[in-house]
Amino acid sequence: MTTTYILQVYVFILAGFVGYSIITRVPPLLHTPLMSATNAISAISIVGALVVAGSKHGLLSSILGTIAVTCATINVVGGFIITDRMLSMFKHASGKKDEAK
Amino acid sequence: MTGLGFLSVVAAEAGGESLARTLLTQGTYLAAGVFFILGLKSLTHPDSARKGMQQAAIGMLLAIIGTLIVEQIVEYQWIIGGLMLGTAIGYPLGTRVPMTAMPQRIAVSHMFGALAASLVGIAEYLHRTADGGTIPRAQMAALGFEVLFGSLTVTGSFMAFGKLQEFLPGRPVTYTGQNAVNIGAFIATVGLWAYLIVDPTAAWAFWAMTASAFVIGISLVLPIGGADMPVVVSLLNSYAGLAASATGFAIGNTVLIIAGALDGASGFILSIIMSKAMNRSFGNVIFGAFGTPPESSAKSNVGLTVKSITAEDAAIQLAYASKVIVVPGYGMAVAQAQHTVRELAELIEKKGGVVKYAIHPVAGRMPGHMNVLLAEANVPYERLYDMEEINAEFPTADVALVIGANDVVNPAAKHDKGSPIYGMPILEVDQAKSIIVMKRSMNAGFAGIENELFYDAKTSMLFGDAKTSLMKLVSEVKTL
Repeated sequence: MTTTYILQVYVFILAGFVGYSIITRVPPLLHTPLMSATNAISAISIVGALVVAGSKHGLLSSILGTIAVTCATINVVGGFIITDRMLSMFKHASGKKDEAK
Repeated sequence: MTGLGFLSVVAAEAGGESLARTLLTQGTYLAAGVFFILGLKSLTHPDSARKGMQQAAIGMLLAIIGTLIVEQIVEYQWIIGGLMLGTAIGYPLGTRVPMTAMPQRIAVSHMFGALAASLVGIAEYLHRTADGGTIPRAQMAALGFEVLFGSLTVTGSFMAFGKLQEFLPGRPVTYTGQNAVNIGAFIATVGLWAYLIVDPTAAWAFWAMTASAFVIGISLVLPIGGADMPVVVSLLNSYAGLAASATGFAIGNTVLIIAGALDGASGFILSIIMSKAMNRSFGNVIFGAFGTPPESSAKSNVGLTVKSITAEDAAIQLAYASKVIVVPGYGMAVAQAQHTVRELAELIEKKGGVVKYAIHPVAGRMPGHMNVLLAEANVPYERLYDMEEINAEFPTADVALVIGANDVVNPAAKHDKGSPIYGMPILEVDQAKSIIVMKRSMNAGFAGIENELFYDAKTSMLFGDAKTSLMKLVSEVKTL
């Protein structure tokens, strides 16, 4: 059991490290889409919510689970859509040469 | 996907259907984790970003499908209800919310995310402690952390949402001894958490901790003013991520740990960037309540005069400039003037000038907000420059056009040690050959201080509503 916890801490620290090194390279230009993207990604807590909602541990558990599924789904659906909507707006200058950078 | 199918076939032969299912589920989680990381990596460039995030969405879908086949799930009616309701609410939140409302949209999604994490934690606690059961201490620590940070983020995000949506007062709400109360409440809550680790069956402590975390979320955001919201929203982003990660620890789910850690790291980095850009320490934002105007008043404006300019003259200056740098502030966004700005920029470009946009990190109400607003108004992203990139270019700019920005262009931040914004990184507009400031009136900025840029000999003030003035400029430039 203890080994599992230690492995989990490993995963957490490594993922945090990967996150740190990638996210520091995201330009300020895309910081808002970044935030909505990470928000959508962290809605992966839906997998926990699904198990609670579907494992028949009593009415209260099912209700709590269903609310959790609803909340997480809102973020999955809304989060990925709005991120895509934002990213679709970032366009090159059309027909003009790239004088920038 | 063929790889996963292969794995499940191998597993089915080796250890029966149960193992095959577990491997398949874990395979989808691993795929999701990889897609998430690749998705974030794609955000390092606007050209790759869209495709990368679409892949991340596929990763999410895979993880959901992978979860639906796990053995613990024995009934589907609740799940289907939740998925349908969530889609019905989430879809319009994704497609209809205007870009100007992005900060409150993000705040409310932090609330949903944190609520999901908290409820999973609460349900897990109820289930495990039912019929006299107990929870191993390490797991209780994770579970407690999840519920504590989740609950705090739920109410905190709601408060941030309310302030940004303006149904709650945007001004800081303060009272004497506020910090002492907040810190005391926080220590008490952490104490309850620690007690739960010692005695996981103490249900009273669990509920007391949850309740006080909800209260802390409210009292934490109450004293923070509207202009400080970029930091708060980023910080809550980080908390929501940490709560999701803790959920992963509590229920033994690795992909949750990964996604939560990514979210937590992102929110943390953004909070630090925002604090720096506002010249504030983290602690100062949380415990400072900037609302009261600083007493150490900067230079007085006595004896100084501002030079006002008409739209006609400003139009002539802009039309014949070979390089114009536009400095948009939140005032421009409030006036919904971004499209008019772009129209003006296109006219200047048609006349042979180059137009660039200088974006201060805190130009909007959340990190990167101004970039999104301008991109929505069809400004090509190559024209949008970060503070570091553009500052060296101001000396070669014929005109710097400041629209509804104030403190972020105040040169006092560079040289006046008595100024409350001393040390804050600014856009060095004062280096430009000439400056046109569009402003509604001579009111002081958010920091409550005079802006010496307005009294600079090179500066002309164009008073009036930003949008009206810009439309005048557009029609004037057209006639030239």
